[in-house]
Amino acid sequence: MIYKIISKAEFQRFVDALVRSNSSFGPRLVDIDSRGEPVYQFQPVSSIDEIAFDYTRTASSAKHFFLPFREKLSQFQFHDGDWDQSVSYEANPVVVIGLRACDISALNILDDVLLNGHFPSPYYLAKRKNTFVIGMDHLPLPDCFCKSMNHHTVPTGVNLFCSDIGDEYYLAINSSKAFNFLREFETRDPQYDENCRLAERRKLISSSFRTEIDVTGLPAILDIEFDSPVWKKWGDKCLSCGTCAMVCPTCYCYSVEESFEPDLQSSFRRKRLYSCNLVDFAAVAGGHNFRPKNGDRLKYRFYHQHRGFAENANQQICVGCNRCGKACLAGINPKDVINDLRLEKDTCTTSVSSSPARS
Amino acid sequence: MHDQRFVIPRQELNREDFASSVPDFNRRSEVMNTDMGYKCTVTNIVRLTPQEKLFQIRIIDPVERALFRFRPGQFLMLELPGYGEVPISISSSSSNHEFLELCIRKAGSVTTALFNAGEGARVAIRGPFGSSFPMDEMAGHNVLLIAGGLGIAPLRAPLFWINEHRNRFLDVSLLYGAKDPSQLLFTWQFNEWDMISHIGLHTIVEHGSEEWTGKTGMITDLFNDIVIDPATTYAIVCGPPVMFKFVCGWLDRLGIPMNRMFVSLERRMHCGMGKCCRCMVGSTFTCIDGPVFDYWSVMNLKEAI
Repeated sequence: MIYKIISKAEFQRFVDALVRSNSSFGPRLVDIDSRGEPVYQFQPVSSIDEIAFDYTRTASSAKHFFLPFREKLSQFQFHDGDWDQSVSYEANPVVVIGLRACDISALNILDDVLLNGHFPSPYYLAKRKNTFVIGMDHLPLPDCFCKSMNHHTVPTGVNLFCSDIGDEYYLAINSSKAFNFLREFETRDPQYDENCRLAERRKLISSSFRTEIDVTGLPAILDIEFDSPVWKKWGDKCLSCGTCAMVCPTCYCYSVEESFEPDLQSSFRRKRLYSCNLVDFAAVAGGHNFRPKNGDRLKYRFYHQHRGFAENANQQICVGCNRCGKACLAGINPKDVINDLRLEKDTCTTSVSSSPARS
Repeated sequence: MHDQRFVIPRQELNREDFASSVPDFNRRSEVMNTDMGYKCTVTNIVRLTPQEKLFQIRIIDPVERALFRFRPGQFLMLELPGYGEVPISISSSSSNHEFLELCIRKAGSVTTALFNAGEGARVAIRGPFGSSFPMDEMAGHNVLLIAGGLGIAPLRAPLFWINEHRNRFLDVSLLYGAKDPSQLLFTWQFNEWDMISHIGLHTIVEHGSEEWTGKTGMITDLFNDIVIDPATTYAIVCGPPVMFKFVCGWLDRLGIPMNRMFVSLERRMHCGMGKCCRCMVGSTFTCIDGPVFDYWSVMNLKEAI
């Protein structure tokens, strides 16, 4: 990692040059919601003026550049009772600007999931390798809890990360491509003063979190509370719409489906992002459903996010962006559910003694 | 490996070189393409019951056919282009390299299309996927196989194995229960194995018919018929979800160690590669960690059975 300082004006020139000559995406104001709050999304940008650098949070996450809602896996061309199968996963180079630390952490988690193991996904790999990611730090929103998940800073998985230190950006250059692009622009090495300002900025971000979730020992608590009434309580609210998984930066579950083209001469296999809250997620042939109730499915989502992955890859899959909490029509958010689980434990009257009595 | 199965994602790939938590991320310019299936022909169809048929399929390419290997208990993804893909457990002998047998129940759109297609139809398979029964570990022990309904399909491959290597095993019994006598599959074969290889066959049906002279009742009623030495017995169980609890609970009370009890779970896999999460139980993928689990792992998983 190489560190450089760039003035904000020069940074704007750099981004503008990048955006004008590449297919680029950045946060843009797209609407105002019913509560009067701005709605941002990652959308195509062609000049720097279109990028809302001071955006709060995009409604959808950046995962859709890597995991589109619908993605063609293979194509079958029929002829004489036989067929030819073709697979293509070409990805055009794309620049994505303005990802937050949690979004980049989410990409690192997706890397772990989709590129490790015996069957790395070529579709994801092609897109991931062809995407130039510029990260930017920000002051946490009132409902951000990425610090609790330890994702408020990110060391890897990004080409260039910018920290705001007043009139300048403190750049962490993490790839030769970014370094080469920046050669054309005026940068300088950081001095003692800038290092201090970066440390201050980090401290400010770290101390600005207003939402906290205690995730210590959560995998075990989830196991112990498997039959807790908390799941029914929240499950009764849940509409099983699957919105939380759609906006989540790390939810990657999908279904595979096939269709004929209208001319019946060819067909295709396609993957579609799915949600474990949808009713048929765990249904099998013959009609048995392993998770028939809303509460079962809601619980499963929390198990996958906070327990299952912790067991497999030693990290929780949630990055703490609270997009799901914001998007949920029933007002369910991870903070309330997890606190509810812990609260239930705290109110146990049988465990009030401070320690086992001495004999 | 066949050339066609390696595809380079993009000829002039823009190589990314940022540090990543994934090992050799930067050097990975090509990965194996697991979406290409082996083309097969349906060579024979045996009608077992009105809903179930035994499909014999043969990989067309001789090289692919020679290289295709599986272990008892594994499954494959059966593809009908345009209709979809379904996970099907392999019911034939793992030493048979000529063709594969799949016992399929007509349950959804893909299997219905397959039933309509008939002999000579072309299908594709991907796989084999998943874990298998530890046949080598079981050698030298008694083996108790317990199947309910269509749960016999994944148990036919280990039964073939045992029949082919009969002298490696001590007492072998098969407890097999079904709804009614017409639903008992492969009984001609099991009877033959019972007579020739001494694989003790005990069948029971829930609702008998006029011709039925055997036992009626639940599969648990068969337990009194057999003598089990828990110290030297391995158990294999497969059936509908409700069966596992009763059968495994009984085996557990009998004293068979949990790590010697194996179950084969059913889930609807969509990818077979541990990516889509459709078959996930807790933190475990049925497609790569299963479908064969030892009972301790299943006990450890919430809502597995």
